[in-house]
Amino acid sequence: MKINISEKLQKMTTKLLANVFATGLFVFLAGCQPKNETNLLANTLLYCSEGSPDLFNPQLVTSGTTIDAVSNQLYNRLVKINPQTGMVESDLARTVIISEDKMRYRFYLRAGVEFHTTDYFTPTRTLNSEDVAFSFARVFHSNHPYNKVGGGFYPFFDGVEFAQLVEQIIVVDDLTIEFRLTDPQASFLANMATDFAIILSAEYAEQLSEQGLEENIDHYPIGTGPYKYEHYVTDRYIRYKKHENYWASQPNFEQVIFDITPNNSNRVAKLLTKECDILGYPGASDVQYLENKNGIDIVEASSMNVSYWAFNTSEPPFDNPMVRKALSYIVDRDAIIDAVYRNHAEPASSLLPPNNWAYKKIDRNLDFSIEKAKAMLTEAGYPDGFDMDIWAMPVQRVYNPNAGKMAEILQQNLSLIGVNANIVTYDWGTFRKKLAQGEHDSVLIGWLADNSDPDNFFRPLLSCAAAFSGSNRSAWCNDEFDSKILQALSITEPEQRKAFYQEAENILFEQVPLVPIAHAVRYRVNRDNISGVELNPYGGISFENAKKHAKKTDKTTRAKEGKK
Amino acid sequence: MFNYLYRKTSLLLFISFGITAFAFSLYYLFPGDLLTNMTGITNITEENYQFLADKYKINESIITQYLAFLERLYQGDWGVSINTGDSIYQLIFNLLPATIELALYALIYSFIVAIPFGVLSASESHPWLDKGILSLSLIGFSMPIFWLALIITFIFSISLGWFPTSGRLSLVYDIPPETGFILIDILISDVPYKAEAFSDALEHLAIPTFVLAAYPTTVLIRSTRQSMKSVMQKSYIKAARAKGLSTWQVLKRHGLRNGLLPVIQTLGIHFGTLITLAMVTEVIFAWPGLGALLVDAIHQRDFTTIQGGLLVISALVFLATILFDVLYMIFDPLARIRGHGKI
Repeated sequence: MKINISEKLQKMTTKLLANVFATGLFVFLAGCQPKNETNLLANTLLYCSEGSPDLFNPQLVTSGTTIDAVSNQLYNRLVKINPQTGMVESDLARTVIISEDKMRYRFYLRAGVEFHTTDYFTPTRTLNSEDVAFSFARVFHSNHPYNKVGGGFYPFFDGVEFAQLVEQIIVVDDLTIEFRLTDPQASFLANMATDFAIILSAEYAEQLSEQGLEENIDHYPIGTGPYKYEHYVTDRYIRYKKHENYWASQPNFEQVIFDITPNNSNRVAKLLTKECDILGYPGASDVQYLENKNGIDIVEASSMNVSYWAFNTSEPPFDNPMVRKALSYIVDRDAIIDAVYRNHAEPASSLLPPNNWAYKKIDRNLDFSIEKAKAMLTEAGYPDGFDMDIWAMPVQRVYNPNAGKMAEILQQNLSLIGVNANIVTYDWGTFRKKLAQGEHDSVLIGWLADNSDPDNFFRPLLSCAAAFSGSNRSAWCNDEFDSKILQALSITEPEQRKAFYQEAENILFEQVPLVPIAHAVRYRVNRDNISGVELNPYGGISFENAKKHAKKTDKTTRAKEGKK
Repeated sequence: MFNYLYRKTSLLLFISFGITAFAFSLYYLFPGDLLTNMTGITNITEENYQFLADKYKINESIITQYLAFLERLYQGDWGVSINTGDSIYQLIFNLLPATIELALYALIYSFIVAIPFGVLSASESHPWLDKGILSLSLIGFSMPIFWLALIITFIFSISLGWFPTSGRLSLVYDIPPETGFILIDILISDVPYKAEAFSDALEHLAIPTFVLAAYPTTVLIRSTRQSMKSVMQKSYIKAARAKGLSTWQVLKRHGLRNGLLPVIQTLGIHFGTLITLAMVTEVIFAWPGLGALLVDAIHQRDFTTIQGGLLVISALVFLATILFDVLYMIFDPLARIRGHGKI
């Protein structure tokens, strides 16, 4: 009897279990049903970003995170740089006429460019010269009502001394505006094409002034870009919606979402589970891990950067070019690229990266040679070596993923020629402050270009002006070098400019105020059904031409893209 | 019955006093300025200071301060977060539904799975089945939840790509929060992508629910098994069988009802652990609930948030325990005359 009962009991529970299982399976299948192509997911682009933007106006920042999140999605510039050719092309301005003396630039704007319509602003007119004048006057004129809104610091424009360069902005008519310069400067257009030189709405600013909400201009943005601001939750996500009246084309997505995920491995996990379409700032080790995964595309994107070892030339023994030259021989670029960059970089023989148009391949003698270094050091009067500091920057940047490790490699090689090196580091804020005060012997740091102009590598890093204002980490001032780079600026003919920059590079090679080490490679990593994402070599990512395909893009198109 | 409820109510009063008194004492126990700890405002200006000092009665006796604290609690004026300046009351009650939702689904899941398994393993005909279920449940019981979570995520999310790794709902879907319960919110919303969002929410629920359910499931299996074993030996079961009732009838009318009573009680006892585990689960899966908020607040030394969070969580655990107890009483009249003031 007992057995009988438990048998029945068993039967019954089995039935119950089967029911539970069936329900579970139903829910599960409901969850896994194939997504049809008209749904929202197919019309959404998900980007996993590495951090929160500071605000929604690139004029006020230099942080790459903010530029990525804001510049190309919300705004347009007057002119832009073609990421493939590196040349300046038209954006909001349909043509640019440059006067004979290269002192006047006249921009003819496109007609009918619409601003975003959002809950907080409805535009009544399309883009005109007022908007352009407003956007730049805010930056240049310290007495402009919006100049001090948001702090009054415009780091990029201050860095290239734009306010001093532009003498006057003249509104010629509704769609024509002229910039008058104090100096004929060849890099002017390239600077106008950077991600920082965006166009705001003057009408929106007026409305905010009336409401007394001036601060909102940088937090609730209005622009002309392909997507418009919808919602932002600090440290969680940004949601952009399609700008239906975008002037250039109909945007490909209903919405673009920035999923803010600071943790590297979480970002990679989200890419694998399709929670993200595009991975922001993949690390070198992540790229290696993802290389063998199905459904992930990895494309090498060119990035204009250089990492270098700068000597403080105002301090002995580094005021002696011979010592600097001797030390340059102990830089083992192959070992560094292997250990620090995991082979995702090229050895640098010049300051300019190979993808810059002014680059010229010259076979300089860059061998790693302890004997040469030793001999030269003896010749310079230091047969027994000396003590020195190597400052290693504490943060990870595109151009240098691990300065500490790089410093250790240098330290070891230096010990072979009798130089006793001590590695120094501080937190990033203190580090930059002490660096600007020139407290270092030598420093491992780098540079990521803001625009395609070669000047961006020379003037900020090594000119006499920069030696006093601080961004010249070598505190180096060479009149011959300065005259070369200034001459290069005064002409617009690319071949002639290139020649001047090459002469400047030669001086650099002889004088060695700094040793270029590597040009790092940046990666674009996305799901294989995404195409058309543009990673600008000078900064921000752009989704304007991005597409999401129902099926995988076939191998051939992918290969083609890879070659670009 | 009324006597019993009266006893429970007085217990409620005492424990409420205990919890609020502890929360109040945190003002003094946390480091930093007393008024900042109370209000959450970090830079208090001179003129503001006087106003706030009066409002919070900090210059009066401790008893008056405590009473003022109770009054503010009742009015929903819980101060602001030291870090973000958001209203703590708003913050907590916006996130609480997410925590309750997770714990509730895990509980339902564990009921559905554990009771049949418990009954099955109580059957004496197949000792191997009993042993198998018991050892499985022992493994589930002793496995640390964060480890289980990582293993499951690695297999089902990263390797197979079936489920998302974190969050409650894909950012793709923008559902206006009405009740705070994501499934309900989706159902009552009027968005065109309702079905899509609902299935996405289920996908997001799958792994966290499973992971969180592991512990209560194993506990329930063991307690169901034990009580079914003893109930099925009782003479009234034999009498029922002798009447000629079928197995199902015996189970339904006599077995389950009596066998599951102690299970309700076990659940009440383990509810506190369940909430603790829910907090761990929230952190692992970036589930935007109260637990994740509290852990963040602890990292950032956001004392006002910690205090509010502790208050709500302890009140929640305590209320749930009493609720389970009352439920038990309703189902089991015998218990009403057993023991006094038990929780």
